[in-house]
Amino acid sequence: MRATLSSSSPFRRTPEIRITAFRIILSFFCAALLLGAHPPLTRVNDSVIIGDALPQSLSEFGFFQDAGAKIPSENVVPYELNAPLFSDYAEKLRYAYVPQGATVAIGDNGRLLFPVGSALIKSFGYNYEGTGIKFLETRVLLHRAGGWVALPYVWNAEGSEAVLKRAGTRLPINIFKPDGTAVSFSYAVPNQNQCKGCHVLGEEIQPIGPKLRNLDDGKRIGDWQTRGWLVHDLPAFKTMPDWADIDAPVDQRARAYLDVNCGHCHNRAGPASNSGLYLTFEEDNAVALGLYKRPVAAGRGSGGFDFSIDPGHPERSIIINRMASTEPGIAMPELARALPHDEGLDLIRQWIAAMPQTGGSD
Amino acid sequence: MNRILTASLAMALMSTSTLAMARDWVVAADDNAQENLQEALIVAEPGDVVVLQEGVFTLTDGLSLDVDGVTVRGAGPDKSVLSFAGQLGAGEGLLVTSDNVVLRDFAVEDTRGDGIKSKGADNIVYYNVRVEWTGGPKETNGAYGVYPVESENVLIDGVTVIGASDAGIYVGQSRNIIVRNSIARFNVAGIEIENSFNADVHDNIAVRNTGGVLVFDLPNLPQQGGHNVRVFDNVIAQNDTPNFAPKGNIVASVPMGVGVMIMANRDIEIFSNAFTENATSNIMIIGYKRPFDDDKYQPMVSKVRISDNAHGKAGFAPEFEGGAMLAAAFGGGVPPIMWDGVGGAEAEIASSDEVPVLSLGMARSDQPIAEAQPSLAQLDASKAAPVLPTIVMPEAMEAAIR
Repeated sequence: MRATLSSSSPFRRTPEIRITAFRIILSFFCAALLLGAHPPLTRVNDSVIIGDALPQSLSEFGFFQDAGAKIPSENVVPYELNAPLFSDYAEKLRYAYVPQGATVAIGDNGRLLFPVGSALIKSFGYNYEGTGIKFLETRVLLHRAGGWVALPYVWNAEGSEAVLKRAGTRLPINIFKPDGTAVSFSYAVPNQNQCKGCHVLGEEIQPIGPKLRNLDDGKRIGDWQTRGWLVHDLPAFKTMPDWADIDAPVDQRARAYLDVNCGHCHNRAGPASNSGLYLTFEEDNAVALGLYKRPVAAGRGSGGFDFSIDPGHPERSIIINRMASTEPGIAMPELARALPHDEGLDLIRQWIAAMPQTGGSD
Repeated sequence: MNRILTASLAMALMSTSTLAMARDWVVAADDNAQENLQEALIVAEPGDVVVLQEGVFTLTDGLSLDVDGVTVRGAGPDKSVLSFAGQLGAGEGLLVTSDNVVLRDFAVEDTRGDGIKSKGADNIVYYNVRVEWTGGPKETNGAYGVYPVESENVLIDGVTVIGASDAGIYVGQSRNIIVRNSIARFNVAGIEIENSFNADVHDNIAVRNTGGVLVFDLPNLPQQGGHNVRVFDNVIAQNDTPNFAPKGNIVASVPMGVGVMIMANRDIEIFSNAFTENATSNIMIIGYKRPFDDDKYQPMVSKVRISDNAHGKAGFAPEFEGGAMLAAAFGGGVPPIMWDGVGGAEAEIASSDEVPVLSLGMARSDQPIAEAQPSLAQLDASKAAPVLPTIVMPEAMEAAIR
């Protein structure tokens, strides 16, 4: 997804900021001369990951060799997911870190169980005019002895430092969407509780993305086995396609899309367990998946429609109404989406339109 | 004497040390309210109090609390006001996901979705809280005012909810519940207990809603089989607001002017309430009428005990299919208690109230109303007295609001 800078971008630097940035760089340069240049940090600071403190700055972890968090340190491994979550067209760079010599176990549904001391790092930003990604925020998940901890870090305008913002924040954004239309919106950096809001499974915080089915691109799992992170004898799993891969069956693409965008809450142990609507890849109960399922607590989210999914009728399916909306109280997902995802909506509409109309239990 | 003194001194010391450990996080209603209040809700530790100062807190995002044992306390429901009129994100105003939380003495206004939601939050207390949509009843208002769900031990006391487009006070999929001393006005449903077990709803005022108090059970949910609900000592009157729920939601089917509506539940007791000016019915007992695909779901109502209620004017303009015809047939109004008749004597619907009861004579809950065979029902008055035990909260919850 390409995003380009519009003329009114808040990230266009003013002369003042440029001067400030120059001063900062100059003072760094002087300091380096005075103190003798430090070698670049290449090792992750394990004690910070497993310690009790909440580091105020992302750099304290040593996940990256550079202040801008573009060059990962040793054992900090970039990865991608077959089907990523939609985040207002932001580009996302993901990294996993596993302590030296430790291994990752496999849980139910091919979920990766990272050992204590591991970290997952995800930076969000936009690539304005193809000049490279400019980060807005970096979210980290730390596996400490007491469980996973989720922390949001927000970047300064210079992209030189990201600081902890436990209460989250909002940032004004102007981008061009993939279809070329300009859009302005308020980008929400989640607060620490909202991190948990999506990442909770049962009572515990858990990573969402890293599952065998969503990591398997034919190469990555082998790489992680070679690294010694994963064992060679893995349980059987069904690879999830990229929802955007038009060569894959629509049903599989739609289920992958719903899994990554909705399934983290809409599962039997997730934050939306009370809704009875379960949208994970493995769900096999038609009503739970939304077919002819009536709303429970949707309120005005129902849009006046009777069913979450009305087979053959995307135009009167509640799920489409809520995906297309940006109104709080109607919009789904509830968090971290200020724009409708046109391409995702097209896919889910296509999927529902092709469903046979059995009339459900009518 | 000496021993008594020592004992009370020790107690005083203990309470001092407890106080010393617990902290107050005081938040002002200033320009940084969003960030400061959310941060306080994150950094607070068990035993701490997040204090909302007097004023209007202008908020742009939903707030959330995920720390056990925290109290959020304002200066009063008209003094500390969390205003969400400019809300940009989140499905509710305040979300609580931790246990042993006390919410008291503040207001939540104009949220875009639900007002205050607590999910999986055991031992939660809502006390002296107001949730209101200030523009009056509108379809664009949020669904629920206070919304505890999937919780054990829920105490709602002295809460006022105005304008919810679904239910003002809604308790869903929970166990051990008290809703008391509360006021619900201008909501679609005033108070609703749904898919829940063991609830006392008493000493509340439910007026000018579409329906006053609903006790419902819905299919395809993790907890179903609603039962053991007592509705007593309430004033349930003049529920005359036209239904403004968005279509598709179950409450959109509630006729205007229902006092208490029982749907798909068992062991329900309705006693010592004052009913009047409910145009459709004071007490309506019906099964779940919609098609469903759920082997575990029981759509009919059974074991209802009705006694000692005062019935004022009711049933004078019943707002359901065939209602006008029925009213005419019964001399201008339908009886104040109405039952779909499903299950016949085996349903064990009992009443000793001195008013007639209308049975629709249905064989199945989902039968079309056109097939109704209405008649006056002769209910067993000898089995109408309440037998369910009183609901009791853990002592710490009651102590928190004394």
